[in-house]
Amino acid sequence: MRPPSYWPFVVPALVVVLAIIIFPWVFTIWMSLNEWKVGSSTTFVGFSNYLRLTKDPRFIEAIGHTLVYTALSVLLPLVLGTFAAVVFHQKFPGRGFLRGVFIMPMMATPVAIALVWTMMFHPQLGVLNYLLSLVGIPAQLWVFHPATVIPSLVLVETWQWTPLVMLIVLGGLAAIPSEPYESAQIDGASIWQVFRFITLPLIMPFLFIAGMIRMIDAVKSFDIIFAITQGGPGSASETINIYLYSVAFSYYDLGYGSAIAVVFFLLIVLLAAVMLYARQRMLWTEIASGT
Amino acid sequence: MTPRQIIGKIGLWFSVFVIVSPAILFFLWMASLSLKFEIDNAAYPPVFIPEHVAWKNYADVLASNRFLTYFINSLVVTGSATLLALLVGVPAGYGIARMAAHKSAIVILIARITPGLSYLIPLFLMFQWLGLLGTLVPQIIIHLVVTVPIVIWIMIGYFETTPLELEEAALIDGATRWQVFRHVALPIAKPGIAVAFILAVIFSWNNFVFGIVLAGRETRTLPVAVYNMISFDQLSWGPLAAAALIVTFPVLLLTVFAQRQIVAGLTAGAVKGG
Repeated sequence: MRPPSYWPFVVPALVVVLAIIIFPWVFTIWMSLNEWKVGSSTTFVGFSNYLRLTKDPRFIEAIGHTLVYTALSVLLPLVLGTFAAVVFHQKFPGRGFLRGVFIMPMMATPVAIALVWTMMFHPQLGVLNYLLSLVGIPAQLWVFHPATVIPSLVLVETWQWTPLVMLIVLGGLAAIPSEPYESAQIDGASIWQVFRFITLPLIMPFLFIAGMIRMIDAVKSFDIIFAITQGGPGSASETINIYLYSVAFSYYDLGYGSAIAVVFFLLIVLLAAVMLYARQRMLWTEIASGT
Repeated sequence: MTPRQIIGKIGLWFSVFVIVSPAILFFLWMASLSLKFEIDNAAYPPVFIPEHVAWKNYADVLASNRFLTYFINSLVVTGSATLLALLVGVPAGYGIARMAAHKSAIVILIARITPGLSYLIPLFLMFQWLGLLGTLVPQIIIHLVVTVPIVIWIMIGYFETTPLELEEAALIDGATRWQVFRHVALPIAKPGIAVAFILAVIFSWNNFVFGIVLAGRETRTLPVAVYNMISFDQLSWGPLAAAALIVTFPVLLLTVFAQRQIVAGLTAGAVKGG
């Protein structure tokens, strides 16, 4: 009783997906093989756009910025989000409301919150330097100095996306049975021991998923960086995505931009593959060592 | 209560305070900025609660006739992109779930991984050739890149959990597949559709990157309009913060009142993603 008669339900969506997802991809790959600038004729150039990428210092620098930005924007939300999930897993009055407040940063319009962060980062009038001065820390230049710009942006990204990790881990915590906790309590285990040896292994699959989603989003991060620094000062916070924007829509070098888009996509797939591989290795060692 | 329990309680509330305060303080500060005159916003040390409240900041933003245009643009783009996505995405989610065509979900995964800018390069050219730039159509179409995968993804998950027995009974009684979908499956799926609708609206409303490339002066959506305010008046923080708060306010409201749906949608996608 399952002939292909469900196809009519899928066809309209298939047409849309072909037009706005598959077609752009095919076309992007074709464009990346051409010298394609807005306002001039296009010529087929084979892989020379890709060769140009390997010799483009700005692109290579952008890869470095992207990797640093991504690593920090995965790790910090994972740690803080796990902590937040353990706390929200407890019962306390007002929990539902406070959880709603806690997830606001991730749902709020990124450009709007980026504007307010820009004001808060202001070296003279910003509230962050004022707060630092209260605890005796000297004023910082935040996003206005090459050395601190990426950590400052990561601060915003962490503030924004820790809630997503919290929600995913919270889902994991809800699925844990209560027996291991009861026996741990009888054995007199400390809170840290309970977390380290019972909770953490059981929420590992959820942490992994959260890490994967975080990685994919952090690599592609655009709104926050673009609205706060536009890649500056100089090119100190120029990630691949920001550079891609400049090439394609400031210089209108669409062929080269397409090559960046293709390499960028492959890089994301590669990072995801590395994470999957690391996870498999971890599982094998766990099985091998019998823990 | 034993001393240990009391310490535990204090620890818990302290943790709650630490976790929630960055979000609370940020939005309070945003509100404070938006309600202060420039004198207070440029003061150091910062003024937290002003003596004179500058409601004028909001009045100025709302009174500018451009704001109304941008608000309508946002409504049209988000509304159209969401409704079109529901129109094609809900039946698709149903079809994929019933055919158990799990491999088709890989397309959605690719859409999830692809940076938004990658779609913009080829589609920008297409819109140019079709002479659509300068209207809202390009933005509506490209917002489908965001809304369609969300709707399909959530609806697959939802239809997989709805019972088959009723549908099979209806088929035996001679109903067509379309009638079964329309009168049996769809009514049960309303909560799932609500989740898909809310998330599609939020992510489309918040979108910035598509507008920054495709929107002209007349076709800006609110996030792009707010971004463009920066370059004009660098230091008028009050109106800027007011505009930012107005743009994100509908979303914050949704977050508070539809928290259950948002959480269900986000975690369903995430947990299924593995």
